[in-house]
Amino acid sequence: MNHFRDAVIWLNDPLNWTNPGGVLDRLGEHLTISALAVLLGCLVAWPIGLWLGHTGRGGGGVLLISNVTLAIPTLALLTILPLTFIGFGRLAVVVALAVFAVPPLLANAYTGVRQADPEARDAARGMGLSGGQLLRRVELPLAVPYLAAGFRTAAVQVVATAALASFVNGGGLGQIIRAGFGLDIAAGGGQIIAGGVLVAGLALLVEAALALVERAVTPRPLRRARRVANRRAADAVAGG
Amino acid sequence: MSLRLSYLAAPGNPWFSWQYVRDNSDTILAALRDHTWLTARAVLIAAVVALPLAVAAYWFRSLAGPVLAVSGVLYTIPSLALFAFLGPTLGIGAVTVLTVVVLYALLVIVRNALAGLNQVPPEVLEAAEGMGYGRWRRLFRIELPLALPGILTGLRLATVSTVALVTVGVVVGRGGLGQLIFAGFQNNFYKAEIMTGTVLCVLLALVLDLVLAGMGRLLTPWLRGRAS
Repeated sequence: MNHFRDAVIWLNDPLNWTNPGGVLDRLGEHLTISALAVLLGCLVAWPIGLWLGHTGRGGGGVLLISNVTLAIPTLALLTILPLTFIGFGRLAVVVALAVFAVPPLLANAYTGVRQADPEARDAARGMGLSGGQLLRRVELPLAVPYLAAGFRTAAVQVVATAALASFVNGGGLGQIIRAGFGLDIAAGGGQIIAGGVLVAGLALLVEAALALVERAVTPRPLRRARRVANRRAADAVAGG
Repeated sequence: MSLRLSYLAAPGNPWFSWQYVRDNSDTILAALRDHTWLTARAVLIAAVVALPLAVAAYWFRSLAGPVLAVSGVLYTIPSLALFAFLGPTLGIGAVTVLTVVVLYALLVIVRNALAGLNQVPPEVLEAAEGMGYGRWRRLFRIELPLALPGILTGLRLATVSTVALVTVGVVVGRGGLGQLIFAGFQNNFYKAEIMTGTVLCVLLALVLDLVLAGMGRLLTPWLRGRAS
């Protein structure tokens, strides 16, 4: 239990927070990388997912993508991408993380549009809405709970995997853990655990904050659907 | 800048090379064996712990909420953080990797097994009760067989994600094929080594998934007629 006391001491040293490469720097890097990766993931996955859901095709493809990405180790993408045309630097890390954000975003966008009440869709068609209008005015609003659930899953996953960017010196809070393991456990044990507390705390915080956001953006009549969406989101990610 | 130079200065750095595979077959096979063995042990241990937990949560409804909540929180915690918590206490080596990987696999299996058990139709349960089945006989004859598809889905997902997760074990020096990937990266970005590790990793996940899918087909002959 000695290491846990060391961790508390490490966390209570203000210099560990404010030094260059300290907690605040690493937190900034972590959040920037994660935000960019989620943004990139959304830009790619949402239009495709909504369109596939609208046309009702490609359900098998969506499932295939989420199963294949499950099998690719994060470490492999993080090490391979810098060696391609993307080159070393933050972009490679962002792209690698975005790849893992795509499946939950895609699957939920697809499911969100598919689950729209067929009667509402028929009514909209009967009122003379075109395909694009139908997607924009009927299916998209009804899919919001699913989009929010997918966003939350993806964001939490990206924040969690961003810790692995430290393997390729990509920055983020994971660096603190890696540096601790580099010091040897007897000397760095406290720092390792302190880094773990920071990484885990950030992930849980993001999860809680996005749960609130998800609730806020879901209109009240759809809140019951939201719970179903959450369960489906978990299923969609789990491939079930 | 120096990174870029060393990368450009290595013209003979192909993505794949038989030469590398031949010269290092011992290392590669050892890594593959280590990876497979870690995965197999992890999934087995996880299954042995998870199934009774799922049954307990299924029998005692009041347990289901806490079990799912705890597994949800645990699943949110990043793998590297879990390594950080356990590494200093359990030390460097296979035990730490195994513990982390088992914890994640456990969650996946419990959730899917519970979902499978909850899908057993109530009419079937009533019929079993009417035929005088007791709690244990109903479990082994009716509920577990009918929940098999859910349990197998959980096992397959747990296996595939475990194969990917073991690579993170490089942080404590026992990452199986992750060891190859990471060594390749540190060894002046040796692409052939990185790619060999990655391809073997994905293939291992695919093969294990197919093996489990095949087992599932053998164990649930009554589902074979239906389109999946």
